[in-house]
Amino acid sequence: MELRFFIVRHLTAALSACLFASPAWAALPEDGAINFQPAATRIAERVHEFHNVLLWIITLITALVTVLLIWVMVRYSKAANKTPRKFSHNTTVEVIWTVVPALILVAIASLSFPNLYYQNVTPNLGEIAATSKSLLANGRTAEHLAYTRNHFPDAAEKGFVNVKIQGNQWNWTYTYMDIKDDTGSALEFVSNGIHKGRASDPTDAGPRLLATDYPMVIPAGRYIRYYTAAADVIHAFTVPAFAVKTDAIPGRLNEGWFLVDEPGVYYGQCSELCGIDHAFMPIEVRVVSQAQFDRWAGIMKTGDFDAAAASVREVAALETDTQFASSN
Amino acid sequence: MPMDEVALDHSHDAHDHKPGFVTRWFFSTNHKDIGTLYLVFAIIAGIVGYGLSGLIRWELAEPGIGPMLWIQTSFFGLEGDAAVTAAKHFYNVVISYHGLVMIFFMVMPALIGGFGNWFVPLMIGAPDMAFPRMNNISFWLTVVAFILACISMVVPGGAGGNGFGGGWTLYPPLSSTVGHPGPAMDLLILSLHTAGIASILGAINFIVTILNMRAPGMTLHKMPLFAWSMLVTAVLLLLALPVLAGALTMLLTDRNFGSQFFIPNGGGDPVMFQHLFWFFGHPEVYIMILPAFGIISHIVSTFSKKPIFGYLGMAYAMVSIGVIGFVVWAHHMYTVGMNVDLKAYFVAATMVIAVPTGIKIFSWIATMWGGSIDFKLPMLWAIGFIFLFTVGGVTGVVLANAGIDHALHDTYYVVAHFHYVLSLGAVFGLFAGWYYWFEKMFGVKYNSILGGLHFWLMFIGSNVLFFPQHFLGLQGMPRRYIDYNDGFSTWHYVSSIGYAITLVATIIFFILIAEAAIRRRKATSGNPWGEGATTLEWTLPSPPPFHQFNELPVVTGKGGH
Repeated sequence: MELRFFIVRHLTAALSACLFASPAWAALPEDGAINFQPAATRIAERVHEFHNVLLWIITLITALVTVLLIWVMVRYSKAANKTPRKFSHNTTVEVIWTVVPALILVAIASLSFPNLYYQNVTPNLGEIAATSKSLLANGRTAEHLAYTRNHFPDAAEKGFVNVKIQGNQWNWTYTYMDIKDDTGSALEFVSNGIHKGRASDPTDAGPRLLATDYPMVIPAGRYIRYYTAAADVIHAFTVPAFAVKTDAIPGRLNEGWFLVDEPGVYYGQCSELCGIDHAFMPIEVRVVSQAQFDRWAGIMKTGDFDAAAASVREVAALETDTQFASSN
Repeated sequence: MPMDEVALDHSHDAHDHKPGFVTRWFFSTNHKDIGTLYLVFAIIAGIVGYGLSGLIRWELAEPGIGPMLWIQTSFFGLEGDAAVTAAKHFYNVVISYHGLVMIFFMVMPALIGGFGNWFVPLMIGAPDMAFPRMNNISFWLTVVAFILACISMVVPGGAGGNGFGGGWTLYPPLSSTVGHPGPAMDLLILSLHTAGIASILGAINFIVTILNMRAPGMTLHKMPLFAWSMLVTAVLLLLALPVLAGALTMLLTDRNFGSQFFIPNGGGDPVMFQHLFWFFGHPEVYIMILPAFGIISHIVSTFSKKPIFGYLGMAYAMVSIGVIGFVVWAHHMYTVGMNVDLKAYFVAATMVIAVPTGIKIFSWIATMWGGSIDFKLPMLWAIGFIFLFTVGGVTGVVLANAGIDHALHDTYYVVAHFHYVLSLGAVFGLFAGWYYWFEKMFGVKYNSILGGLHFWLMFIGSNVLFFPQHFLGLQGMPRRYIDYNDGFSTWHYVSSIGYAITLVATIIFFILIAEAAIRRRKATSGNPWGEGATTLEWTLPSPPPFHQFNELPVVTGKGGH
């Protein structure tokens, strides 16, 4: 690629990022980036923190191997060392290069397991609220502060928002089990990708291959518990900014959780090969205030999905409500 | 390896008459001829697999569906949305067969069938493989399997298109009648069954040969490391492939005879297939890399003019990699919804593999330490291998952590990781072996300048090709996508440039072969590498006589080298 083209492309990307930056957050891939998308959940933050440590470790190991290789190539080249030595054993170094890597792995594991259990075990909200209360009641504010880095007592008080996410060839069905219409059936809708890789694809309907007609909408600062299922073949629900990924498998119900503080729009894409339109069934998550979420749910119940979707699209720019942002 | 003098003048042996062309190449029972057949076959399959990867990188060079659509409109006369749908299916077919062809018909036949057949008997001082006719069957079944796979590409699969487009992992229900009702998948199952039988027979042959036909005095602990690597590989094949065969048979009966092993509404479980598949699939990745480990050990020792450092540690590192390789399979399945404690186990078990792998890397460097290193072409490939395998290995440690894998699973980070260990690891090991033994096998010298050009272009090209894919994966680019958001375009473009560089390298590789074939610079001695080359194959002329070791060499001396 020509350098000029390279620079222009990056400038354009940076400019458009500034122009379209609303008060709300938009999580989508950034051209030329070399790291994770910014974290939007505590799960993702912890993944990134852990990955940063690992990145140091693996970079140093690779650097060590490279330096050793270069050293032996220079020092023990045919020109530099005419007569090869004949040793083939050295117990000390053999023990060192067995034990030291093992210790490094133990250190990695000690970081890995808490991280894994944190994201993989759906929190017990009653326990979180109670623990928080007892810490405060006993005046252990420092511990309370540490506790609330990973747990969210205010959100725990409000309980879970439950969403069932079903993968289909090739779209997603979202079911809000707790939101019932007048007939008592749960709020359910199908979310289709707008772009299908065809010439007729619209060019002004959100980021290409990521935008959907009816996004998944969730309230900010609430514990979300999701269940994945599939109708036909295996799909995988993922949102990179949340660092969650759960397969949607026919005949199974998988569970996961996340909590997003920052209102905004977060994109993900199906992550298990599911047939011809695998690349064309994106996930669009709109995170809005509780009030906005309730309004959206109300409109959805009337069956006017377009109006409901429009209501959360506008809000991204208008929302100044801070009640949820300060709740944690 | 110190040994008694071995008679070198086999070439004028009265028994060294070769059969006629058809008998020699179609009914061959000679391990060297079968090895050559395997290598020729692997090169042909490699062209197919590499061509398919070219289609992938061509399509992904820019966002939007381009070349795949062009192929559908230009060659199949499709238009409009029908062409787009066909292009999408075609892309899935291309990625699926790229993986299958490269694994089953390029890397395995080349490393195991090719170099294994050629050099296991030579290195252990055996006249041939234990079961020469079975060896012949193994080879021709592999050819049949490849033909079946090729036919499967052009018969109806699913989504109205030809071929199977469900990925090399063949996960149901996409591979059952729900996703691919057509005969393409059945043919593919038959192909893999056939390839599996071929490999199992080959594995039995290697195990029996290595255990029973070593030269007098060559105990297992004096056996060259390449033979060790083939022994471990063969055991892995023998234990892993029947599990794949079982899973494939269940899939076949699900598809055709009404069984419901993997069909949920009949009480079956698609995840069960994944467990069976990866119980085979994880050892399979070691099956592809262990022979390369063996080759690299010999090359590093030869060109450093030093014995292998920590020979026993090296041998048992391979054994332990093989053993642990069987108990880590579900790290390919962290997102299927396993119990968290089970995931924690697989995290721990997977990371353990880094220890023996580290022992191997450091022992290679220690072998070079204190040596008098001659940077001949095979040594360049070997050093390249050590570096690239380290890069692929450390990203494996990252992915082993289920917590991080939840973010990176099924992204380009994984693609980058396994191409670093396979496309740059196993394949660099392959080319290292190719140049190390070229003169031994064919009796002619290659052009070192062309070879050097091949190495450097391949080294640069494959790094440019695969390194940026780590960035794509971290940003969230999913695997097996024909099209992507513009936010991924820069690194995809760079990656495709990398492919173009490797294409030049590959063309040079074929020019090198042609040049060597035309010039026919005869090998002047049986051992072009000098004092460092101590294994038995270098005691024979190049090429070795049609039948070698009519009088078995006797190995003395106290240790393995």
